[in-house]
Amino acid sequence: MTTTTVEQAVRESTPGAAPPGTPRRRAGRLRRIGLPYLLLLPALVLELLVHLVPMAVGIVMSFKQLTQFHIRDWGAAPWSGLDNYSVSVDFDAPVGEALLHSFLVTVAFTLLSVGLCWLIGTAAAICLQDSFRGRGLLRALFLVPYALPVYTAVITWVFMFQHDNGLVNHVLHDQLGLTDKPSFWLIGDNSFFALLTVSVWKGWPFAFLIVMAGLQNIPRELYEAAALDGAGTWQQIRRITLPSLRPVNQVLVLVLFLWTFNDFNTPYVLFGKAAPQAADLISVHIYQASFVTWNFGTGSAMSVLLLLFLLVVTGGYLAVTSRGRRTADA
Amino acid sequence: MAPPRSFLWTRRIFLTVLAGFVLLPVYVMVSSSLKPLADVSGQFRWLPSELTIRPYIDIWSTVPLARYFVNSLIVAGAATVCSVVIAVFAAYAVSRYSFRGKRVFTVTVLSTQMFPGILFLLPLFLLYVNIGNATGIALFGSRGGLILTYLTFSLPFSIWMLIGYFDSIPRDLDEAAKVDGCGPVGALFRVIVPAAVPGIVAVAVYAFMTAWGEVLFASVMTNDTTRTLAVGLQGYSTLNDVYWNQIMAASLVVSVPVVAGFLLLQRYLVTGLTAGAVK
Repeated sequence: MTTTTVEQAVRESTPGAAPPGTPRRRAGRLRRIGLPYLLLLPALVLELLVHLVPMAVGIVMSFKQLTQFHIRDWGAAPWSGLDNYSVSVDFDAPVGEALLHSFLVTVAFTLLSVGLCWLIGTAAAICLQDSFRGRGLLRALFLVPYALPVYTAVITWVFMFQHDNGLVNHVLHDQLGLTDKPSFWLIGDNSFFALLTVSVWKGWPFAFLIVMAGLQNIPRELYEAAALDGAGTWQQIRRITLPSLRPVNQVLVLVLFLWTFNDFNTPYVLFGKAAPQAADLISVHIYQASFVTWNFGTGSAMSVLLLLFLLVVTGGYLAVTSRGRRTADA
Repeated sequence: MAPPRSFLWTRRIFLTVLAGFVLLPVYVMVSSSLKPLADVSGQFRWLPSELTIRPYIDIWSTVPLARYFVNSLIVAGAATVCSVVIAVFAAYAVSRYSFRGKRVFTVTVLSTQMFPGILFLLPLFLLYVNIGNATGIALFGSRGGLILTYLTFSLPFSIWMLIGYFDSIPRDLDEAAKVDGCGPVGALFRVIVPAAVPGIVAVAVYAFMTAWGEVLFASVMTNDTTRTLAVGLQGYSTLNDVYWNQIMAASLVVSVPVVAGFLLLQRYLVTGLTAGAVK
């Protein structure tokens, strides 16, 4: 939001700005002050219902000893103070150790996935910037992974990664002979790369879409001027396109980071309720701790810790990017 | 000036490889859905040994796919309509008015966007169970409850995108509407909404797609009668057999409407994102 619009809005709705007048006018003014709240009311009620109340409940839960015996009446579950938290961060004991491992896996996975998604998406958008034959077709094709419902896309990858009847082993082992024997992709250490492949396949079109939108905002004259000055295509990409994309990239990377870090659907469809160690993303880990081992208290404490981490990272990121300041001011 | 050969060749190779990567699963989905069960149970075959449409007939009886389809349609449709309508009002208020608490509101909306779904799952689960026990209103396992939970994803994104989009619409248009005798609500419906169609479509597409593809809440919060496609597809795996040809056929049937709709509306999506999120 620009300063002018803010000023305009202030001028329109501050009581002092309106001339004091007849009762009718005053009623109109009252309506005008009340109107924004009236418009916001449904959103406020829902935000309260789906975000703020559950969040408060989650925080309360994290201080309770909440197991399957207290689900029916969780308010009556005994308090446990900081026990759930100390269990979660005791990295020498099994629960904490597993959580730390899962956290590190998630960080490594997120960095790799976001980096690759950004790289492929940006390269594809730049390649499709100028018109050539087949550009429209490619553009539509590239959006297909994004448009496919998550579970149908991931389930197809599950089929491709099957040990006995999957395409991946057929190509790598039977056809190219690159591996001694067919590998397992959905269990063991390979699962990390299987997850990464699926995540990048599904995620890069979003980067492509956003960068494409960002490219439309770069004035053509910049390229024309650069061409007149003798800059070639590669130079134009390095000197004009990439720097102009900076503000777009700042938002894009943040959104990709949050979505990848919090992703549940992909690992859950790929591996089921219990992910292999090497690909044990934090969302599934918390799900497992809560709904499989029925320890909601510890699960909630882990959720709160995750939330604190995301708040710190996002806050830090927003603080160092200019777009962040603008967004927070909006 | 034409681009140099080095650029053209890099572009050609990169785009070909990328198109292959994108198409591979699509090809597997389509070709496997036309194979007999023997073809998908043994070693992978690039081409079906015989073409059959049997999987497309069987998918409807192996699991109640039609019912899951209707459930998904109701849940995703309702979640989309609710979040778009509510977001339009809220974004209009934020974009066009200044009021106490505006900053708190926008920061809250922005930050709830980044919270993991798992954070809301446990509390909502317990709240639904409790409300059910106390009042007899069955939110847990009902479509209404699922619609409500889906607003956790779509509402913040919709509000945030639409604020950006509405900000990009010149205020002169509002002024002109006021001069012509429109009230604030009239201006919203006669000027802002028509001018913001690409942004609204983009938001609606996003909301529908997230709801259509969501797995976590759907797997915890549904029962036999309210199950959505996301969970229902698991029914094609039995203890003895995994009907991969039927899974692929069902996946295709489920995907085609969404992908077709998306590709039809993608023009709006790019325009909507340009003004709403990227500006």
